[in-house]
Amino acid sequence: MEWLPLFFAAAMGFALFMYIILDGYDLGIGMLIPFANDEEKDLMISTIGPFWDANETWIVLGVGIMLMAFPFAHSMVLTSLYLPVAIMLLGLILRGVSFDFRVKAKTDHKKLWNNLFSIGSLIASMAQGWMLGNYVMGLTHSSLSMFFTLAITIMLPVLYIMMGCGWLLYKTEGDVYWKAVRWARIAVLPLGLGLLLISIATPLVSETIAAKWFRLPEAIGLMPIPLASMIAYGAIIGVLSSKSMLNNDKGWIVYVALIAICIMCGIGLGYSLYPDIVIDKLTIWEAASSKDAMQFAFYGTVIAVPCIFAYTIFIYRVFRGKTTELSYESDR
Amino acid sequence: MEFDPIILARIQFALNISFHILFPTISIGLCWVLMFFRLRFTQTQNIKWEYAYYFWVKIFALTFAIGVVSGIVMSFQFGTNWPGFMEKAGNVAGPLLGYEVLTAFFLEASFLAIMLFGKNRVSNRVHLISTLIVALGTSMSAFWILSLNSWMQTPDGYVMKDGVIHIENWIDIIFNPSFPYRLAHMLIASLLTVSFLIAGVSAWRARSGVHGPGTIKVMKTGVILAAILTPVQIFVGDMHGLNTLEHQPAKIAAIEGIWHTEKGAPLTLFGIPNEEEQRTDYAIKIPKLASLILAHDIDAELKGLNEFENEHPPVAPVFWSFRVMVGIGMLMLAVSWFCAFTIIRKKDFSKFQYTLLSAMTFSGWVAVLAGWYVTEIGRQPYVVYGLLRTSDVVADHAAGTVLTTLIGYIILYAFLLVSYIATLRYMSTKPARSLELLQEKAQDDTEKEL
Repeated sequence: MEWLPLFFAAAMGFALFMYIILDGYDLGIGMLIPFANDEEKDLMISTIGPFWDANETWIVLGVGIMLMAFPFAHSMVLTSLYLPVAIMLLGLILRGVSFDFRVKAKTDHKKLWNNLFSIGSLIASMAQGWMLGNYVMGLTHSSLSMFFTLAITIMLPVLYIMMGCGWLLYKTEGDVYWKAVRWARIAVLPLGLGLLLISIATPLVSETIAAKWFRLPEAIGLMPIPLASMIAYGAIIGVLSSKSMLNNDKGWIVYVALIAICIMCGIGLGYSLYPDIVIDKLTIWEAASSKDAMQFAFYGTVIAVPCIFAYTIFIYRVFRGKTTELSYESDR
Repeated sequence: MEFDPIILARIQFALNISFHILFPTISIGLCWVLMFFRLRFTQTQNIKWEYAYYFWVKIFALTFAIGVVSGIVMSFQFGTNWPGFMEKAGNVAGPLLGYEVLTAFFLEASFLAIMLFGKNRVSNRVHLISTLIVALGTSMSAFWILSLNSWMQTPDGYVMKDGVIHIENWIDIIFNPSFPYRLAHMLIASLLTVSFLIAGVSAWRARSGVHGPGTIKVMKTGVILAAILTPVQIFVGDMHGLNTLEHQPAKIAAIEGIWHTEKGAPLTLFGIPNEEEQRTDYAIKIPKLASLILAHDIDAELKGLNEFENEHPPVAPVFWSFRVMVGIGMLMLAVSWFCAFTIIRKKDFSKFQYTLLSAMTFSGWVAVLAGWYVTEIGRQPYVVYGLLRTSDVVADHAAGTVLTTLIGYIILYAFLLVSYIATLRYMSTKPARSLELLQEKAQDDTEKEL
């Protein structure tokens, strides 16, 4: 049963990856809302209506797996990230409830809820960047690590905004589609620059990570990771600058390419951390809960996660295709 | 002024969990009621039931969303505020919470989308099944969380090794001694809260004259459900109390205000617990009744708080919360039977009855909160009864940090609660926009048939 902690580390990584690629687009749309007119706002929010709730559950699953399998890491990570966690929760609460309030409240309150939805999305995204950055820095607070943390705090919202654009390119047509193209063209350069800088900075600020990446022969084996990321990034640029592809409704490629970039970042991050769950402080074996607890959790995870995956696909299939309008049935 | 971080952490957690529980309490019960509306519509094809479904499913969605986001706060706060709890009891708490996420959260969040937006995209059967899945999901969620909570009250199936709790038997842990009672008590409480909510909102709508079709049907459903469930709840609550006496006698002593062990203990109806003097001031007592209720013997000996020095909860909050809960329970019984009697006689409700039901709209919330205060404050000074003290598991954040986030939460929750109730009010007094649409549709259908 030595492999159980490894299994749960992978499962946790998977859940958090799913969170980033799924909730990423709806947080991104939240941040894009202020740049749209009222009608477009309604449509943009409709594109995420059936999905956002389940998307957000992936982070709860990530934290849940941490609770199940790595209680020591759960308390170490979350105690040390007290403030960004509190701020993120504030943001998630604001946007989550605004989503529901905005369609039910008085018409003249709708503006307030729209604003809170955007602000909440921005706050939550930045706080997640803060958490991620500080986590990669091994929860340290030197000025170097704070600078790195700040960089991720700014970068993660940019990634989410880009994903939001990608989602709109997949789910909409007409005015909103072309607006999304415009937004994506603005966001794509900062995104590329940011990803490049962070990739260079990570080994510079962390000796542990540098040692893992710059040694032979591993360095050669790792080359596909940056290469694939660059190809995916190239695909985004390609689609956004090709009038004919955009006209032929190939905008969804942007979202798929972003998923590819996230996969590469995820693999890279996993490789950088392994075997630690908190870098330089705690390995996954040290953080693991008792064997009995892990075994019990294992059965549940192995049975439930594929089911969750299956019905998530089912829901995405039910609500596939372009969003035209989405309202509660009785209002139709 | 110096603040004690432990007290602040406790206030913060109490605030979060109190705010959170309001919403699952509604969504657990409301989803089964929605299932009932949906079934009735499928059976009778009466459009009133469908209207009721879509009116209440919106409230369900709103309630569910607030429950989800405030629940996320909980899952993080175990780590941020109570790291010692996860380090020492993580082997038990982790998997139980994890199972809740795995078996319930995704089901609810995913299939809710079909309930809300899926009518024209899936068949009636799939829509019905989706409603059922969400209802099962919410109840499943209650199952796991109450299992963990009950285990913290009456721990079983564990062994202590080096100060850390380890697993001996999962079945004993999940089905620990107080779990069946607490689960039943909470599920019924949830349904009762919902029956008064739907009856109250419907009575409000009917009285203000803006209601759509089905309002009266919904109101009657709520009244009848409450009239049936209130006596059941009183019975289950009594059994829960007997179970507590067996496993947590200190809690019962605080509930009853029994300061010193005595035979043939009286039942204190009201009074002001005076912890310094170890007595209840201005007490109104009924001789021997506490012994009779709790041990079914008028001369039975009941343990007093004196037997649990430094191990009993603060008396006044437990004592008072219990009386609030029972008081509302009695009120619920009176109101629901009074109104159910009118329905049975096939009479119309009087103006007074409408007002009464509207006033009782959120009575379930108060009773549920009071009940949880009894059981949670009653567990103190332990976080896991008899094993782990609350003061030993708290995180050592600076008081200022906790105070800042606490103030943030207070402002946010106050704002959300006001918005929630205001929105409910707005939705129930807004002339039903879809009413005309429904009538048009009904007219179209008749024309087609002709």
